[in-house]
Order: sequence, then structure tokens, then C-alpha cells
Amino acid sequence: MAMHLVQRLLMIVGVVLGVVTIMFVLSRVLAPSPAELMLGGRPPAEMIAKMNEELGLNKPLAVQYVSFIGNVLRGELGNSLLTKRPVAQEVIERFGATFELTTLAMALVLLIGIPIGIVSAVKHNSLIDNIVRTVSVAGVAIPSFILAMALQILFYGVLGWLPLQGRVDTSILLDHPIKPITGLFLVDSLLGGNWEGFLSALAHIALPLFALTILLLATVTRITRNMMIEVLKEEYIRTAFAYGLPRATIYYRYALKATLIPVLTVIGLTYGYLLGGAVVIETVFDWPGLGSFVVSSIAQNDYPASLGATLFLAVAYLMVNLIVDLLYAVVDPRLRTA
Amino acid sequence: MATYIMDWPTRLVRARAFLGQNRLFVLGAAILLLVISGALLAPWIAHFEPAKIVMSERLSPPSAEHLMGTDRFGRDIFARLLYGARISLLVGLCVVLLSLVLGIPVGLLAGYLGGRTDLILMRLADIFLAFPPLLLPIAITAALGPGLWNAVIALGVTGFPGIARIMRGAVLRVREELYIGAARTMGLGQLHILVRHVLPNSLTPVIVAASSDFGYAILAGASLSFIGLGAQAPAIEWGLMAADSRVDFLDHWWTALIPGLAIFLTVLALNLVGDGLRDILDPKQGRPE
Repeated sequence: MAMHLVQRLLMIVGVVLGVVTIMFVLSRVLAPSPAELMLGGRPPAEMIAKMNEELGLNKPLAVQYVSFIGNVLRGELGNSLLTKRPVAQEVIERFGATFELTTLAMALVLLIGIPIGIVSAVKHNSLIDNIVRTVSVAGVAIPSFILAMALQILFYGVLGWLPLQGRVDTSILLDHPIKPITGLFLVDSLLGGNWEGFLSALAHIALPLFALTILLLATVTRITRNMMIEVLKEEYIRTAFAYGLPRATIYYRYALKATLIPVLTVIGLTYGYLLGGAVVIETVFDWPGLGSFVVSSIAQNDYPASLGATLFLAVAYLMVNLIVDLLYAVVDPRLRTA
Repeated sequence: MATYIMDWPTRLVRARAFLGQNRLFVLGAAILLLVISGALLAPWIAHFEPAKIVMSERLSPPSAEHLMGTDRFGRDIFARLLYGARISLLVGLCVVLLSLVLGIPVGLLAGYLGGRTDLILMRLADIFLAFPPLLLPIAITAALGPGLWNAVIALGVTGFPGIARIMRGAVLRVREELYIGAARTMGLGQLHILVRHVLPNSLTPVIVAASSDFGYAILAGASLSFIGLGAQAPAIEWGLMAADSRVDFLDHWWTALIPGLAIFLTVLALNLVGDGLRDILDPKQGRPE
């Protein structure tokens, strides 16, 4: 167990270093000169040289690489070219919105997807199973931006039930501002007793949440179904059947327990898809999270901002997978002795 | 690989039996054929120039004249859809080819040589796989600069570790086969064994994976174009058409949903064909049924 932990931690450190290296190569070797970007337009050569010296970009790449890693480890991601504020601060502020959206989506996806997957596996080849399989094949082919736009057409354009975009109404910001505590509007508004703020936040999160949930549902259902089918093939399940135990006992006492591990795997895999999907979904719904931040800072040539946000998202994804890995050992006794 | 001598009637019976059991494969292949012929025959099918601006006919709904309506510049959406299929299919194809060209040698070397080479190559693959999907291609395209071909490079580079891993797994299995041992005993060179015996016998799972990557590549390519990193303005591309419609899609649904439906159907068709291919080529590795 301790060995397993240490190994995993070392591997994560290695991967984080690798991720930082890729980002360094992308930003300093492949990308156009940051100095030119920062100065804008076509600056004279002397100005570029001066800027390069200020930024330390005239030093050898190896030296730049070491200082880049040092800065990242200290959490210094430079200043945004647009707002002139530290990128790390902007990233943290915006992460709340992404975290709120993706975590709720994850909860919904698991709550809906896992039971459907299990039923589909148990009622193997039944009508339900065939419907579930067809829908999940179709589900992974839906372009996220079109799903988001279709939801906007239906629930905003035609029905007028839900707001088009944003995180909260402008009137709420003026009349009932939500006091930031955790950065999660739904939680903060409740903690502050701000009922109007809560309702507005809820109405605004509904569509992006719905979109992300639909996008991920197919994947989660399929993974759960396939894993459950594998579990049902295990010898101890066959033995239980051979003993003539009631079906319900087998499914709910024995098989369900074993699906706890697949559930963890699903969380690990899906969180990445959620973060990736959030980039497009946040852009369509103008959701002020990290995903839309990455897109808008790329569009505005704000390279420290896009770099910092990408790095943060990658590390967040790694951390989720590390936690999942640790939970494996808690859930699966076989891993503890290994 | 063994070739069985089979007379034509038997082949036909077998083929018919296969197609009868795999209706979804047939459906996918039919849609795909339709999309491909639409792309190839675009100049003869479309009645309008895809780029021709007719402001007097802007945002007209689908009608007998404009089958799928027009966009905000009065351009015929049906014509744009046909021409757009060319770019989408080409993007998918190039991305998959690039991942194969990079992934097959890496997987082959890692699996066959093993040891330290394997360790280093696979840890490298882990780093690429550590990024949330779509985020690494976004970062790469941002560094290279927005553009269709840069997006293709980004998606191909992001896709290759997955291919390399699958290739490595297949090579590990093939490496232990008796005929490889026999080839070694015969004193054949390493390179000869690797290229003539290990490579062809390990390709099947890679081909199956590549076919399902094809659909994902089209989807991801359209997403990159949608957020402004892929195809740029004069180009006709489905994701870009959806992005262009963002100003008026609320009151003119066809401007967004028709290109969206085209992407959905093409990707769905590719996935169905991919699933079918897996059943034909790789029955052992098929999905748990």
C-alpha cells in the first residue's frame, strides 16, 4: 500500500514535469515571439530586444527552462497581457465557475448513467439494453456546440423558460450581489441567505449543466455497462448463481459492491472529458470559467493567460486521477496488500 | 496472413449473412457513402456557388429553391454543406494518418525492444495522455497559430500516444508467437523480423482503433474551428458554419442545426462503420456482448 502510494506520487510528479515541459516547448519554442505579441503591431527591433531582456527571453533556452519550472512551482504564471493582473489570481477566480459546473455535471452523470448502465448489463440484450446501446452510440457523435445551441434555441428562443447565457442576471449583481465565500454561486448565495441570487444562479447553470450531462451520459453508461458485464462473468457471481441465491441478492449484494471500482474509474476518465467539454460549452453559454478563459485569451493573443489556464486544467485533471487512484486502494482490498 | 480459397457463391452467401447481422454497419456505410459522394460531386449537385453572397436572400428558411435555406450573407447552405464535407473528411483522414505515422513506429519499438526503450516511450505517451481531451490540441494550435492545418497537426500529435499504446500491446502479444521464434532461429535480421513479421501481424487492433479515431477527429476538428482555432473565414467548414451562425441562430435555427446535423450523421456513420470493422477484423477483441 505505502509502496503503491509512493510509486503513484513519483509518477504524478514525473507527469506534471512532462506537462510543464510540453507547455514550455509550446510557448517558448513554437510560439511567435512573446515580446512582439506584448508590444503589439510591428514594433522596432530595439524595442523587441529590450522587452526580451526584461522578460529573460534572450538567455539560453536551458536557463529559460529552469526558471520557467521554478516560476510554475512557485505558482507564478506571469501577468495577463490584457488585464495586467497575475494570471494565477485570474485562474483561481475563474476556476470556481468551472468547478461548480463540472462537479454538478459529474454528480448528475453518475446519478443517471450508472443505474442505466447497470440495468442495461443485467437485462442484457433486452429492449432496454438495445435502446441504451443505440442511444450511447449516437450520443458520442453529437458535436457539443450544436447541442448547446439547440438547447438555447429550445429553452430560451422557443419556450423562454431559461436565460440564454451568463452565470447570473445583471440585476442580481446590482440589487442582490452574491458575497464570494467559496466561489460557487449556488453555495455562496445560500450561505448568504440570498434567495434571489440562488434562483438566478440556478436558472443560469441549468442549460450548460444539461448540455454537459447529455454529452457525458453516453460515455458513462457505456463504460458502466461493459464493466458490469465483466463483473457478472466473474467466478464468484457464477458460483452464487450455482448456489441458487436469489437474483436480487446477487445483483445488489455482490455485483453492486464490485461496481464501486468501475465507478471510480468512470469518475477519473470522465473528469477529463468534462474539463475538455467545458471549453466549448462555456464558450457557447458565455460561462465565466477557465474553459472560456482559455479560448478568449487565445483569441486575444494573451499567451501567459492561455498558458497558465491550460496548465492549471491539466494539473487539476491529474489531481483528480491521483485521488481516484488513492481511493482504489481504499475500496479494493486486493490493492492494499499488493 | 492466411488466404482461404473460397468459391464466389460461398463468398456471396457469407457476405450476405454478415451484412444481415450487421445492419448498423450497413447503415453507417450507406451514410458515409452518401457524404463522400456529396463531397466529390459537390459542383454538379449544388445549384449555387457556395461562396456567392446574395444579400437580398439572406437568412431565407429552407425552401424549394434553397433546400436548406441561406446564411446571413445569403449563401446557399446546401451548397456550403456539400463543399464543407470535403474539408471535414480531409481533416479526419489527415489526423488519423498523422497519428498512425507517428504512433505505429513508437508502439512497434516500445513493444519489440522492451526494457528501457519501452519505459521511456510509454512514460512519454503518459504525459500526452495526462491532458484533458481537446485541451492539448487547443494549446498546440494556440502556439502554432490558428489555422486548419495547424489544427490537423495538433490533433494528429495528440492522437498518436493512444495508437502507440495499442500498437505496443499488440506487438507484445505477437512477439511471443511461435513463428517469430522460428524466424529468429532461421537467423533472420532484427529489422526484417520487425518489419515483415511483427508489423503486419500487429496491425489489426490499430486499424480498428484508427477507424473510431476518424469520427472523433472530425468532431474535434469542427470544435476547434468553432472556437476559432481551426479553419479560417473564407474556408467552408462545418464547425465554422456553426460558429458563423452564432449571431442569428436563435431566430434562424437552420443556420446552426443543419451543419450540426451533418457533423452528427457523419461521425455517427464513421463510428458505426468502426464498430462493424472491429467485429469483422477482430472478433476476439469485440465489445462484451
